[in-house]
Amino acid sequence: MKTLLAVVLTAVLSAGPAFAAEPEPCDVPAYLVVGDRPLKRVMEAARQAKRLDIVVVGTGSSTLGGADGAAKAYPARLQAALQEVLPDVAVTVRTYAKSRQSAAEMLGNFDKLLVDGVPSLVVWQTGTVDAMRGIDAEEFRSVIDKGIEALHARGADVVLMNMQYSPRTETMIQFDPYADAMRAVALEREVPLFDRLNLMRYWNDTGAFDLYSAAKDNALASRVHDCLGRALALLVAEAAELEKSESKTSQ
Amino acid sequence: MQAPGLMAPTPAIAADRDLRLDLFRGLALWLIYLDHIPSNIVSWVTIRNYGFSDATEIFIFISGYTAAFVYGRAMRERGFVIASARILKRVWQIYVAHVFLFTIYLAEIAYVARGFQNPLYAEETGILDFLREPDVTIIEALLLKFKPANMDVLPLYIVLLILFPPILFLLQRAPALALAASAAIYAASWEFGWNLPAYPHGVWYFNPFAWQLLFVFGAWCALGGAERLAPVLRSRMTVALAVAYLAFALAIVLTWHIPRLATFVPKVIADFIYPIDKTNLDVLRFAHFLALAAVTVHFLPRDWPGLRSQWLRPAIVCGQHSLEIFCLGVFLAFAAHFAKVEISGGILMQVAVSALGILIMIGTAFLIAWYKTAEARKPDSRPKPPNADLAGGEA
Repeated sequence: MKTLLAVVLTAVLSAGPAFAAEPEPCDVPAYLVVGDRPLKRVMEAARQAKRLDIVVVGTGSSTLGGADGAAKAYPARLQAALQEVLPDVAVTVRTYAKSRQSAAEMLGNFDKLLVDGVPSLVVWQTGTVDAMRGIDAEEFRSVIDKGIEALHARGADVVLMNMQYSPRTETMIQFDPYADAMRAVALEREVPLFDRLNLMRYWNDTGAFDLYSAAKDNALASRVHDCLGRALALLVAEAAELEKSESKTSQ
Repeated sequence: MQAPGLMAPTPAIAADRDLRLDLFRGLALWLIYLDHIPSNIVSWVTIRNYGFSDATEIFIFISGYTAAFVYGRAMRERGFVIASARILKRVWQIYVAHVFLFTIYLAEIAYVARGFQNPLYAEETGILDFLREPDVTIIEALLLKFKPANMDVLPLYIVLLILFPPILFLLQRAPALALAASAAIYAASWEFGWNLPAYPHGVWYFNPFAWQLLFVFGAWCALGGAERLAPVLRSRMTVALAVAYLAFALAIVLTWHIPRLATFVPKVIADFIYPIDKTNLDVLRFAHFLALAAVTVHFLPRDWPGLRSQWLRPAIVCGQHSLEIFCLGVFLAFAAHFAKVEISGGILMQVAVSALGILIMIGTAFLIAWYKTAEARKPDSRPKPPNADLAGGEA
């Protein structure tokens, strides 16, 4: 359904006279990346304190390997993209990512992670490991719900981020119940959901990235993470009603 | 044995298989195939994108209906023991089919896994770890505890059929009691969280304690329940309610596809309906299936001439050989995924594998139908009328 819509939209857009042969480097359709649920603390921090602390809590897919992996992974790209929007705000993004952690395990670690102070925003990337282990989706849902409650109680805004689209392993991992659970909790708790699953699927379907590739292609991985960081920045900016401080046109 | 009139199907109805069942089971098999191909653009046509329930509900309901139809007659004519033996023989066939599909699945993913080094997916690759311990994995698969994605329906069907002889026995004597017992088990599974364990973690994706309700309801309809429901189904009120509910479900589901619309769902409604639980056959899903069925039955009468048309023959024939075609569909979905990984995952490929898969399913169904007719034909006798084969069709 979404894909069809995307294809139709793309076809309509590309039929225009201004059509350029090269696809956009980071094509982020507005219907997929939606920041219509408010991030009040982020707004306050950016407008008043001029300081925006963000923590990414996640698993392996929030990191990239290699010596410069940290600089190329999406949290660093998020920081760069937000800094561009907010030149007079000190934006920092810290990452606490550990492979193979279920949502429940991450929830158990929140205390330890937030010992250095509560950030304005926690981006909680989860779902992959729970789906791989086949943890009961209902249990997963209640863990996510508790986690958001705990983070809100501490005074942090939350953005949920779901799984990566991984076409090669699609017949092996059943993501749908977990993605549904995250969407439902996000709706109930009025928390933005960064729908990484469908965004990456859209990129794959439109040919922006070939995610079927099995090769050890670090350049591709970096480009995907760069676009994820930018898309996430768009969502945060929309949800926190951040506008570019200077009237430069965004590139 | 049976109080006359309790079972009530008139001879004409009992003797003639309801082609609508075959038609919709055939269509459900196609939809399940399309849904099983991951990231398939063609799957936007499938009903799960337009409402809460999907083809699985149709498949399980009709399977319950036909099982009661076929084995119910066996139980009346040959007795409980013979009918039970026939049901268990069927269970064994399905189990063997499941293990066969699992073998193909193992071969496919072992191949796909080879050389998978994309740094984006370092974490997802961990799913292949089970290939390193085949001793555990294969045993768990034989115990129906390890069920890879898309291989959940046959184990559910196995459990439902194993428990079917006593249910059928009760359904023939006290149908209302049997249905009430089924509903009680459904409610209890929600209340007490009953489900079967899965390997390596968690529980069955299709909870048999919950999904049995749909199967037993199908069986109940086949054994006279449908006639009892007929006045209800004829009323305009029912149809209006069903249509209204289908429209509501469509509106909700649209907000899943277009997240920006989600703001229009009032919080009270969202709190009430979510989560819509597939594992435990959410009441909203069950109701959605009932609404679909009510509307279908209302607008598509049993004697609709279109059911005899050539255009619907392919779906009907597929529906008449559902086990074979279902298994073929699971296999073809693996093959389609394989083709997408190895050749191209593009939209053209998605359309091609979808169309080709359904054509293969149709071709195979016609081949099986032809063989069954040819086999039944004795060398010195005239061919049986095709209807005999249909009426005695499989469960």
